[in-house]
Amino acid sequence: MTATLAAPATSGGAKTRINDFSIQVATVNGSGSQTANTVLLRAIFQMGVLVSGKNLFPSNIAGLPTWFTIRASAKGYVARKASNEMLILMNPETAKDDIAKADPGALVIYDEPLQLDKLRSDLAYIPVPFQKLVTASCPEPKLHKLVKNMIYVGVAARLLGIDMEEVKKAIAKQLKGKAKAVELNQTACTAGYDWAMENLEDQDHIKVIRDNKTQGLIIVDGNEACALGALFAGVTVVGWYPITPASSLVETFIEYAEEYRKDPKTGKSTVAIVQMEDELASAGVVLSAGWAGARSMTSTAGPGISLMSEFIGMGYYVEAPGVFFNVARTGPSTGLPTRTQQSDVELCAKASHGDTQHINLYPGTMEECFQFSYDAFDLAERFQTPIFVVTDLDLGMQNWSSKPFAYPAKPYDRGKVLNQQQLADMQDWGRYKDVDGDGICYRSLPGTPGGKGAYFTRGSGHNAYAQYSEKPEDYLAVVDRLKRKYETAKTHVPGPVFRNLGSDKGVLAFGSSDPAVIEAQDILAEAGLKTDYLRLRALPFTAEIDAFVKEKKVVYIVEQNRDGQMANLFRETYPEYATKFKSVLHYDGHAIDAKCIVDQITAFEQK
Amino acid sequence: MTTATPSAPNPPATPTNKLGFTKQDYVGSKSTLCAGCGHDAITAQIINAAFESNLEGYRVTKYSGIGCSSKTPAYFINQGWGFNSVHGRMPSIATGASLANRNLINIGISGDGDSMSIGMGQFVHAVRRNIPMIYIIEDNGVYGLTKGQFSATADKGSHLKSGAVNDLPPIDPCTLAIELGCGFVARCFSGNPKQLNTILKAAFAYEGTVVLDIISPCVTFNNHDASTRSYKHVKDHDFPLHDLGFIQYSEVEDVEIPAGQTEIVTFPDGSKVAIKATHEGYDPTDRFGAMKAVHESMAKGEFLTGLLYINPTQPPLPQVLNLVDEPLNSLGEAQLKPSEATLNEIMQALM
Ligand SMILES: Cc1ncc(C[n+]2csc(CCOP(=O)(O)OP(=O)(O)O)c2C)c(N)n1
Ligand code: SF4
Repeated sequence: MTATLAAPATSGGAKTRINDFSIQVATVNGSGSQTANTVLLRAIFQMGVLVSGKNLFPSNIAGLPTWFTIRASAKGYVARKASNEMLILMNPETAKDDIAKADPGALVIYDEPLQLDKLRSDLAYIPVPFQKLVTASCPEPKLHKLVKNMIYVGVAARLLGIDMEEVKKAIAKQLKGKAKAVELNQTACTAGYDWAMENLEDQDHIKVIRDNKTQGLIIVDGNEACALGALFAGVTVVGWYPITPASSLVETFIEYAEEYRKDPKTGKSTVAIVQMEDELASAGVVLSAGWAGARSMTSTAGPGISLMSEFIGMGYYVEAPGVFFNVARTGPSTGLPTRTQQSDVELCAKASHGDTQHINLYPGTMEECFQFSYDAFDLAERFQTPIFVVTDLDLGMQNWSSKPFAYPAKPYDRGKVLNQQQLADMQDWGRYKDVDGDGICYRSLPGTPGGKGAYFTRGSGHNAYAQYSEKPEDYLAVVDRLKRKYETAKTHVPGPVFRNLGSDKGVLAFGSSDPAVIEAQDILAEAGLKTDYLRLRALPFTAEIDAFVKEKKVVYIVEQNRDGQMANLFRETYPEYATKFKSVLHYDGHAIDAKCIVDQITAFEQK
Repeated sequence: MTTATPSAPNPPATPTNKLGFTKQDYVGSKSTLCAGCGHDAITAQIINAAFESNLEGYRVTKYSGIGCSSKTPAYFINQGWGFNSVHGRMPSIATGASLANRNLINIGISGDGDSMSIGMGQFVHAVRRNIPMIYIIEDNGVYGLTKGQFSATADKGSHLKSGAVNDLPPIDPCTLAIELGCGFVARCFSGNPKQLNTILKAAFAYEGTVVLDIISPCVTFNNHDASTRSYKHVKDHDFPLHDLGFIQYSEVEDVEIPAGQTEIVTFPDGSKVAIKATHEGYDPTDRFGAMKAVHESMAKGEFLTGLLYINPTQPPLPQVLNLVDEPLNSLGEAQLKPSEATLNEIMQALM
């Protein structure tokens, strides 16, 4: 059959969604589909269309179902969209279920032998003879499984109107110039494209049309952005323990360190990276290296923070610096380790026993993942305390387009560290004396010569001179000063970002919820409900947040956990406004989408 | 003017070491342990050995976990920095700090509870990584600070003061350390200062992890006749291996080594230990032989003390990680922060 091909629509017809659709690809993990999906995403990106990708993968190495969604948006909305306009079904195990859940009118590309076309009559079916096409295009049978996925990329490219040259470029980029692999995949992809050209009628449901929205943008994931932040921040000691979704942060850092942290003359390393036996040991390494004057970090997820908690409390109380990345996932316990959530908010705010309060940074974009990671090391040394950079699987492991990162020109802030000369000049040095009244004391580093400045660090009670003490007044002096120090942090942490439409109704969110909130805000405004949006970027809450809370009639706190953990922190901090805070929640493990926010806020408003 | 004032007899000069420090310069705060606690005798020998080894106090860092034993770093070498951390996690504290500054002289003090129960994981991995530190276990067979429960080194059949009997076999830190590849393993008794002193001096010259299990009776909870770690019991069952002579590098030329009976082990810094084997055929460089000797001794109810095993050639962790020679904590922005051009290059690759 030779298809009659309609010319791709150049302007949006009534029904054609131009550069505005979602595709969901269902495959089996371990089948190499990640490469194919990234190529498809990249090709759309190279067409100048803003695009985001979300990998919904199982906690398994190979053989379980996995879904990848690609969203293109002319308006720049990059949150997950709950509905999909195109499905690519490669997994026989889930195909029936995927069809049952499909949105009416969706295009369904599937492997011909699955015979899905009888299941529903409101979908547009596109059966593809994958096996035949693979056999014809790839001479090596053992590679068939891998290149099969490239064929659907070719078919989709044809149907969407993506330029094959862009697809080929994306393949070369993705496979980093490995010549044989590039050629093999390009051939397979072209086979799919050509087959579609000859055998399929064109469609006008969804189309990609060249735009210029991605000029100069990068594609990156949050873990890589954080790793780069740490690289430029000059981290020198890393103690870590593998855990999804945090491992790739350190693993990417290791790759960059191989290249950029070797002494050019000797080839020796300027960073010590040790995979420890567990998270307890990682925390010990981070805090003691910080205590000894190195810039130190670890990367973990909720279960790791739980294990580290005893140490973190000690770090807070003895005032040892260190950066703790928490890439949150769906918990508790193993939970759904490959799904996203913001459920470690309270854990990271207060990690440990006793009275503890920590500085937390919540990056919401890739640029912030980079910049806040850089800043975290300054904050750790300035405040001599554990600093948390809290992201999640959605930010950490998914592909995001972003402006290239600005060079962090600000010089390192190494905080109040006394050198040999300063110690010699000092009359009455006490490790825990609040000389400046900001709660931050002066410290000395082990190994400083000159015979002054040595002190004893202890988790037990201590006075201003770091001497053992069980006196009530000494204990109070320390913990009340620590509270003062936390107050001082309010003027050092990044303040909020506003998107105000002029309303007395507030929406407050943080981290990976940002794109969904922006989209929801627009949808609500179109329906007549204007809101002012504050994106929180750190703990402690700054003065701008005090003002926002005070001035709004209602504050919808959007977060990705069951218990409204951030709302709890707000109720605790602002008890007089407790009734203003309404929780908008999403916590099923998928990334948050705009619709769920719109629905919940609308329901509150109708009450 | 001639004076008839008789010159006062010169007070005997306080001895100083090569750096000009007196022993007083190596002391710490006053101990708050029970009078007669074995841990205090160990503290005294650390002070002596540090003085005699001419340690630069400011380079010394002292780490510990939690326990009576872990309090003792406050009682020696006040010129050095101390870090009394959390229960069982001293090794990770020593790991981080020793990587941050490879010029530090690291002394870790732990208890048998701290290391062989809650901290077993960290003990095992610190030894395996060969971090540069002297790891001292002040081994009394009980939890002193929490008032006398059994620890994991308590011998099977040993009694608590309360009469409770330990039904479980002990873990032996020394054979475990040898198994893990530790290059310097010794056992001492807090009541044998001479031997402890010599071993400590040898330990100060060693570059990697030294595991030093020091039997240290708890006079309050474990010093009764039925205890296998009482002063009396250990004195009766202490079986010293060798006479050790420690020779500092600069003195090597002057030493006469008696032919025949003495073995000299050379450390990477050039220092040497002369070991005179009193125990016929004992070879401290023979790993399996060391294991066998300790086990045989244990079977007889003896504590074999002395340098049990030595292998001075193992590279410590900073060397394994191929770290730059300067301490990492001394590196500044110029060495650590890549250029703007580098960032642009990385950004280009992500486009
Ligand atoms: C996490 C934790 N659990 C329990 C304790 C209580 N604790 C303090 S010291 C100690 C045992 C110390 O025994 P050991 O290491 O043998 O030292 P010793 O006091 O005998 O010298 C225990 C269980 C603690 N401090 N921290
Ligand atoms: S309780 Fe035992 S171990 Fe603790 S100080 Fe007293 S004698 Fe020493």
